[in-house]
Amino acid sequence: MPNHRRAFLILAILVLLALASFWAALAAGSIPVAATDILAALLGQDAPGADIVRQLRLPRALAGFACGGLLALAGALMQVLLRNPLADPYILGISGGAGVGALFAIMVGLPILGIDGLAFAGALGAMFLVFGLAHGDGSWTQTRLLLTGVIVAAGCGALISLMLAIAPEDRLRGMLFWLSGDLGQVASAWPPMVALAIALLLAMPFARELNLLARGLMQAQALGVAVDRLRYAIFLLASLATAASVTTAGSIGFIGLVVPHLVRLAAGNDQRLLLPASAIAGGALLMLADTLARTLIAPQQLPVGVLTALIGVPVFLFLLSRQGK
Amino acid sequence: MSHDLLTARGISVDIGGRCVTRALDLSVTAGQRLAILGRNGAGKSTLLATLAGLREPSAGRIELAGTPYAALSPREAALRRAWLGQTQADPFGSTVLETALTGRHPHLGRWDWESTHDADLARSALAAVGLASMETRQIHTLSGGERQRLAIATLLAQAAPLYLLDEPLAHLDLNHQMAVLELFAGAARDCGAGVIMVLHDPALAHRFCDQALLIDGDGACELGAVDTVLTAEKLSALYGYRLHQFAHDGQRCFVPG
Repeated sequence: MPNHRRAFLILAILVLLALASFWAALAAGSIPVAATDILAALLGQDAPGADIVRQLRLPRALAGFACGGLLALAGALMQVLLRNPLADPYILGISGGAGVGALFAIMVGLPILGIDGLAFAGALGAMFLVFGLAHGDGSWTQTRLLLTGVIVAAGCGALISLMLAIAPEDRLRGMLFWLSGDLGQVASAWPPMVALAIALLLAMPFARELNLLARGLMQAQALGVAVDRLRYAIFLLASLATAASVTTAGSIGFIGLVVPHLVRLAAGNDQRLLLPASAIAGGALLMLADTLARTLIAPQQLPVGVLTALIGVPVFLFLLSRQGK
Repeated sequence: MSHDLLTARGISVDIGGRCVTRALDLSVTAGQRLAILGRNGAGKSTLLATLAGLREPSAGRIELAGTPYAALSPREAALRRAWLGQTQADPFGSTVLETALTGRHPHLGRWDWESTHDADLARSALAAVGLASMETRQIHTLSGGERQRLAIATLLAQAAPLYLLDEPLAHLDLNHQMAVLELFAGAARDCGAGVIMVLHDPALAHRFCDQALLIDGDGACELGAVDTVLTAEKLSALYGYRLHQFAHDGQRCFVPG
C-alpha cells in the first residue's frame, strides 16, 4: 500500500547516496582534495585546492546532478505518457534536434554559448515538429506520437551522420564528445539546476493523476483525471526538461531509460515516490559516472555517456534477473 | 428537488460513420438497472462511454444528477458515476491493493495520500469480489477473470451512485458471473445505486434488470421494461438468429433454435 513514511525513508536514503556521490565528485581528480579542505572551500574559506573545488569541480558536479535528475525525471514522465516502459527522454527526437543544432555550431566553429543556443533551438524545433505533426488530425494517439517522434529522430540522425562525414578532422572529437554526452564544457550549473527544481515542482502535484494515466486513458478519465490537458502538460514538461539537459551536457544516454526502471524495481511504481526518487538517483548516478569519466584513465577524459552505460547496464540486468524469480 | 442519477435527452451517437442511436431518451433513477443488448459492433460500448461522459454525443445532452457533463469537472463526474471498461492493459507492475485503491482517487485532495479508511474501503471491495487474500499479488500474475473482478473492486471502491458496466461478466466463470450480478443488484436494492450494463445474455438481463435497451446497429433502438422488450421475437430479430423462449420459476430462458 502507498505509504508516505516509506516514501520519505527511501528519498532520505537516496539523498545520502547523492551526497556521497557529490563528495566523491569534489574530492577525486588529478589533485585529490582532503575532506576538511572541501568543507572549507564550500564555506568560502581559503584552503589548499579550494579554487579547484569551487571553480572546476563544484559547477561540474552540480551540472551533472541537475542533468542526471532532468533526464531521469523526463524519462519517467515519457514512460507514463507513452505508457511504454521502453520510452526514454530522447524517443521523441528531442536529442536528435539538439544534436543537429549543436553539431552544426561545432562544425562552423561557434563558441560554447553558440553551441548551447543552437542545441536548445534544435531541441525546441524537434519538439514542435513532433507535436505539430502528431497533432495534425486532432487524434493525438500514443502510436502516432511515438511514430512521429521516431521518424523525426531518424531524420536528425541522418543529418548528424552527414555533418560528421563532412566536418573538418580537428572538430570531429568535439562533435563525438557532444554526441555521447560530456560535462567538461559546462558554462554554468545554474540553468539546469533551476530547470530541475521547476520541473519537479510542476510535476509533483500531478503525481497521483499520472499513476492513473499509466493505467489507461479512459480509465484515468473515468476516475476524474483531465486526461487531455494533463498529457499536453506532461509532454511539454518532459520535453523542456530533456532540452535543458541536452543543451547543458549533450545527449547523455541511458540515464533517462534506466534510472526510472531501477527506482521502479526497488520502490514500486507510485509516481509520488518515483518522480522525486528518479530525479535524485539520476543526479547521483550521473555525478558518479562523470567523476569516473575524468579519473579512470586520467589525464585522458572519457565521454560520460560511455560510463553511464557501462555502470547502468550490468546493474539493470542484475535487478531484472532477480525480479523474475 | 431530487434528480435522476442519469438523464439523456435526444442523444445521437455516431462512430466511424455509423449511427448507433438517433435522438434517444433514457433515464436511470436510484435503484434502477438497465441492460444494453445488441450484436457485436452495434455500438453498445460506444453508447456506454458516451453516457459515461468519456466521448461527446453528436447531438443531445446528458446530465448526471441534473448537471450536464460540460458543467462538471472530471473529478466531480467521477464522484457521480463509475465506469468499467472492457480492457485493462497494464504496462507497469502494481499490486492488487494499489490497483483497487485507484478507485479512491476522486475522493482525495491533490496532496492527500490514501488513508487507512481508504485502504479499508478498498479491502472490503476486494473481499466483495473474492480477492481478499490477494492484496499483495502483482496484477500481471492474475488470470483474466481475477483481473476483471479486480476492476470491479476498483469500481466499488470508487463508491459512486451510478455504475456503467461494459461487459461486467467478461472472463468470469458461472459462479462469479452470478456473484457479480447479485452484487450490483444488491447495490441497487440496498444502497439505491443505478446500474447500466452491457450484457450478452438476454436471460441474465431479464433476471437482473428492470429495463432493457436493444440496439440494432442502424440507429434504431428499443427501450422498455424487460418483460416487454426481451421476447423471443424481438431478440431473434436483434441477433438475426432464431431463439426459443422458455419459462422457469418466473425467469425466462432463451435457447438458439
